Amino acid sequence: MQIKDLFSKKKYATIPTERPKREVPEGLMNKCPKCGNIQYSKELEKNLKVCSSCGYHGRLSARERIAMTLDEGSFVEYDETMESVDPLNFPGYKAKLEQQKAKSNLMDSVVSGEGAIGGFPVVVAVMSFDFFTGSMGSVAGEKITRAIESAHLKKLPLIIFSTSSGARMQESILSLMQMAKTSAALAKFQGDGGLYISVFTDPTTGGVSASFASLGDYNLAEPGALIGFAGRIVIEQTIRQKLPDNFQTAEFNMQHGQLDKVVHRKDMRTMLTKLLDMHMVKEVSVSE
Amino acid sequence: MSELPFEKPLNELRNKIKELKSLSDGTGLDFSEEIARLEERCKELEDTMYRELTAAQKMQLARHHQRPTSLDFINAIFTDFIELHGDRLFADDLAIVGGIAKFNGLPVTVIGHQRGKDTRDNIARFFGSPHPEGFRKALRLMQQANKFKRPIITFIDTKGAYPGDTAEERGQSEAIARNLREMAGFGVPIICVVIGEGGSGGALALGVGNRVIMLENAIYSAISPNGAASILWKDASRADEAAEAMKITAKDLLQLEIIEEIVPEPQGGAHRNLEEQAESIKASLGKHLDELLEMNENDLIEDRYHKFRKIGQYRMAEAEAGQAIE
Ligand SMILES: [Zn+2]
Repeated sequence: MQIKDLFSKKKYATIPTERPKREVPEGLMNKCPKCGNIQYSKELEKNLKVCSSCGYHGRLSARERIAMTLDEGSFVEYDETMESVDPLNFPGYKAKLEQQKAKSNLMDSVVSGEGAIGGFPVVVAVMSFDFFTGSMGSVAGEKITRAIESAHLKKLPLIIFSTSSGARMQESILSLMQMAKTSAALAKFQGDGGLYISVFTDPTTGGVSASFASLGDYNLAEPGALIGFAGRIVIEQTIRQKLPDNFQTAEFNMQHGQLDKVVHRKDMRTMLTKLLDMHMVKEVSVSE
Repeated sequence: MSELPFEKPLNELRNKIKELKSLSDGTGLDFSEEIARLEERCKELEDTMYRELTAAQKMQLARHHQRPTSLDFINAIFTDFIELHGDRLFADDLAIVGGIAKFNGLPVTVIGHQRGKDTRDNIARFFGSPHPEGFRKALRLMQQANKFKRPIITFIDTKGAYPGDTAEERGQSEAIARNLREMAGFGVPIICVVIGEGGSGGALALGVGNRVIMLENAIYSAISPNGAASILWKDASRADEAAEAMKITAKDLLQLEIIEEIVPEPQGGAHRNLEEQAESIKASLGKHLDELLEMNENDLIEDRYHKFRKIGQYRMAEAEAGQAIE
């Protein structure tokens, strides 16, 4: 499947249907932010936005992730028109929201819905760092909660791809409470036997890391993803020490027992399919 | 009592009265009229000033170093407190205290963030900012309460979870997240009291209650106003402005239906009169506990679920003409 396929599913007429045109020379080539390797954009996309030289996993928008992960044409979106109302009348928030919508072609930082992976029906919620640094306010919290409730009601597995800077401070306490709301919904779903696979992608920090993202029955991550609660700068100021380069990477978290597996992007669909398959109840005889 | 910057005019008046009194004693001259006039003004100023505190001033009161801590309230409100220690996994984090005690004769589990009383105590307690082992100790005690059908009462008072490398290594995110999920599922009454500063996820990790009540000058927010100011405006000195914008006071949170009740503070703040403050908290706890003790396990879980489920404001955008949704 190609990334451009996802654009055929766009539902709004006003939303541009293509990324910036490829005629512009800057769009033709791409420089890896990690190793500086220069690659053709086309090659990079074919490579699922993973650097062919150093393996750096580039950030994906929610729609790119969905196109890459779900069975082609299987995705049906939930709550696609849900948007923020600036509940605290926070200075500058409304304008910032409009700017983020225009920039990302999204209504908020979560895209949710149902579809299939490897033929297995699933409910998915995917976060997008390109909308407001993936921050969680009322809309993100509500969409995640509804996705959990939908999985519960339909007895489907739930997969959430997280990427977020944490709580959206323009909704202050309402954002903070979304951590409790989503976690409480998981308590019900998981308590009732529901399967939840959490996938950390780069970066997942703060209130999202400290709520639903860490609560998977299986916690996976993409290589190199930044995962943690507090930010590096705050920690360095607190402990008055430089932190090592690998601090809070997926590999660091794996080493410290916080993850089940680090999975390369090209293997993610296969891994998810395998995990889903493990949870399908089948009539089998194990005694041969 | 040490004075806060905004209390300066009040203290100047008080000092002037004191001066006049001692002058009158020393010289035998009669200043009684002048003293009475100043005392009147002092009282007026006190009444208006404390009635109309800004969010930033409340923040100063909430962070006052003499403000009563969880242990102060635990000792004043409960009897027979037995402190229990450790998470059984790694350590005993002194930034969180907990144990069993009696509330008007009823055995309950009490847990709270614990700031230090002086510098040494503060260092031992990480200024009330827990590591994962603190949250895991709290969880262990709550699971124990759930097993023995004891109500849980928590006191929230922290700047936030400890931002340190060792905390990250041991799973700070997971520890907080797990508490949120597990607290949602306990079949016993849970009442949370925000007594000082409710800072972010580290506060919420003790905050998933059937009832959340807040002292009048306490604050509760997703990020500290100082942090918000430096991120939003690259200027931490605009914390006062951020405090107003972020709606962090008990009054704001009652309006937003995040909390159920505001517990009034003695004039000038909780540190002015611990006994009076403990009494009013106790009265509120008693009232809420009586209501919750009427509910069965399932009702308690559902009641708590719905309290948090309804939080959040959003809308469905209307499709504009020509943009019909398929
Ligand atoms: Zn590279």
